[in-house]
Amino acid sequence: MPLLTIADAINQALHQEMERDSTIMILGEDVGVDGGVFRITDGLLKKFGPDRVTDTPLAESGIVGTSIGLAMAGLKPVAELQFDGFVYPAFDQLISHASRIRNRTRGKLSCPLVVRFPYSGGVRALEHHSESMEALFVHIPGLKVVCPSTPYDAKGLLIAAIRDPDPVIFMEPKKLYRSLKEDVPKESYEIPLGKARVMIEGNNATIIAWGSMIPVALKAQAVLAQENISLEVVDLRTLSPLDNETIFASIQKTGRCVIIQEGPRTCGLAAEISARITEKMSGSLKSPVKRVTGFDIIPPLLKSEEVLSS
Amino acid sequence: MPLIENFNPLTDKMFQVLDHEANVVRPELLPKWNDEKLREVYAQMLFLRLADFKLINLQRQGRCGSYISIEGQEAAQLGSGLAIEKSDWVFPAFRELGICYIHGVPLEKIALYWMGNEWGSNYEANVAPVSIPVGTHPLHAVGFAWAMKLQKKPTITISYFGDGATSEGDFYEAINFAGVMNAPTIFFCQNNQWAISVPRSKQTLAKTLAQKAIAAGIPGIQIDGNDIFAVYAATAEAAARARAGKGPTLIEAVTYRFGNHSTSDDATKYRAKDEIDYWRPRDPLVRFKLFLQKKNLWSEEWEQKIADEARGKILEAAKKAEETPRPKPDDIFDYLYAKPTPELEEQKAYLLKFL
Ligand SMILES: Cc1ncc(C[n+]2csc(CCOP(=O)(O)OP(=O)(O)O)c2C)c(N)n1
Ligand SMILES: [Mg+2]
Repeated sequence: MPLLTIADAINQALHQEMERDSTIMILGEDVGVDGGVFRITDGLLKKFGPDRVTDTPLAESGIVGTSIGLAMAGLKPVAELQFDGFVYPAFDQLISHASRIRNRTRGKLSCPLVVRFPYSGGVRALEHHSESMEALFVHIPGLKVVCPSTPYDAKGLLIAAIRDPDPVIFMEPKKLYRSLKEDVPKESYEIPLGKARVMIEGNNATIIAWGSMIPVALKAQAVLAQENISLEVVDLRTLSPLDNETIFASIQKTGRCVIIQEGPRTCGLAAEISARITEKMSGSLKSPVKRVTGFDIIPPLLKSEEVLSS
Repeated sequence: MPLIENFNPLTDKMFQVLDHEANVVRPELLPKWNDEKLREVYAQMLFLRLADFKLINLQRQGRCGSYISIEGQEAAQLGSGLAIEKSDWVFPAFRELGICYIHGVPLEKIALYWMGNEWGSNYEANVAPVSIPVGTHPLHAVGFAWAMKLQKKPTITISYFGDGATSEGDFYEAINFAGVMNAPTIFFCQNNQWAISVPRSKQTLAKTLAQKAIAAGIPGIQIDGNDIFAVYAATAEAAARARAGKGPTLIEAVTYRFGNHSTSDDATKYRAKDEIDYWRPRDPLVRFKLFLQKKNLWSEEWEQKIADEARGKILEAAKKAEETPRPKPDDIFDYLYAKPTPELEEQKAYLLKFL
């Protein structure tokens, strides 16, 4: 099996899906000739032509708004938004329309689109390029939210997201795009949405994380393993809908839980997971659920960011 | 001689086929309708006026939650609706009973929606559900039209929105996108002079709304939206352009909102009566009637007859809507996703325990 990065794996998934299904198209800023600012759509324009890989005007609401129309018309738009901080202009289209069309028409119309964008800090970026705001999307009924942490998952989850009949937000941890490699099967495969993965089994406590925080969780697991503390690491993979079953099964086994979240603390996804565990699993809990999260701050520029991540 | 491409929205006069006194000023642009067809279209316009009144009444009686009246905008919606194919797709805003009905949405569905039932947006016609967030849906029409172009289908799209909507960012993104993608779509702006209490003059310094097309590099035309023949001619040409691969058109239909903004609004607070007096003789129904009278195609008895027929049909539709049972409580959970999530199933079971 070839060793691929997350960036390679996503690129491969796009190639394979577009070969399989001619209704799939990619649109966004600089996705064509340039192959995207992170080169995630590299080679696609050459292979599939400008009708299926389209450089759009610089207008995020326009990208998502037209994607909604494309999806209603039976095409499968996979829109790229260039950075986490520039999703907000398109937020209205996501919350007011993409997420609602099926419900508003009681199933007559639907909006099967994918919106991909890079997220996470730690890359010494400009302002507005280091955001981890998954909670905003998880909070929206009618959307699904997916966040891979490994090349293998990135490929399988993106393929599943593209084949999903509902609008899916696909958040790609930019810090991890090229920082790790993994064996990724050449053939196409799906990782079902809504299913978390127990990455490492353990007995003493559960660590729940996703995306960019998985390497942090794995590091904690390795460090504590040397002290004979056995941590179970759960990678959520899909943030909405959450996989209660896997989370609760792990808590039942370990009785303790720490949730790691890069984004700001207040009203973050960790708070929701903590609440669910507290409501449903109090009988199994040996100690209160803990959150390790970002502070409630604006992501700082690199001088301060380096202090936080050192 | 093409109307649209030669129109200069900065300098040209609003396009009319009939003047305010129903004199034909552009005979070559009258639709090729025989007398029977002319009377049929008048009857449709009257039907829309009466259906609109009925929905206002239903709201006043507490049977609809709210309703947004089209009174005064019938020619704009009917004329444009007659100029497109039933296979084309309509993307309406909220003040759109006319185009929705003309394009095939059953009146009982329209009533059902305003009565507060989502099943009112579940129908066969090629009409997207009404769009409440102002100015957001022309982008959907652009995306849909773009898909039609990519799939080499002859279908075009048309979005309806108001003067206020042209101040929204999404409107500019939509006309700009449509130009770049050469999308077969029509932007049909009904400039009814008001956005709730804000007059057209406070919406923009631009002299016309049609001229906004210039910045997007697409043609724009200002037409008399209360002149059904002008509306028909301009929309038919815009549709033909779109179908021929010539891309999008922005149409500004100048019209007037006779009623309150909505059933929750009282326009006497912000609108002078003499303004309404100015517009009353410009009522599209009045002008059409005058036109028919000049051709000896109108009589008091005939008007009575078609009004009675319309009232009968409207009553029947309202009754059907009212007799529609309240939706199942499950419905609010069951259509968020193709397959409800386990969490939603759990929340639904919880609610059902109390019912
Ligand atoms: C994005 C948004 N902002 C505000 C509103 C509240 N609102 C509803 S209709 C309206 C005025 C719309 O004016 P216009 O576009 O001219 O359409 P008209 O009501 O005249 O048909 C406003 C402000 C809304 N529905 N959506
Ligand atoms: Mg208006």
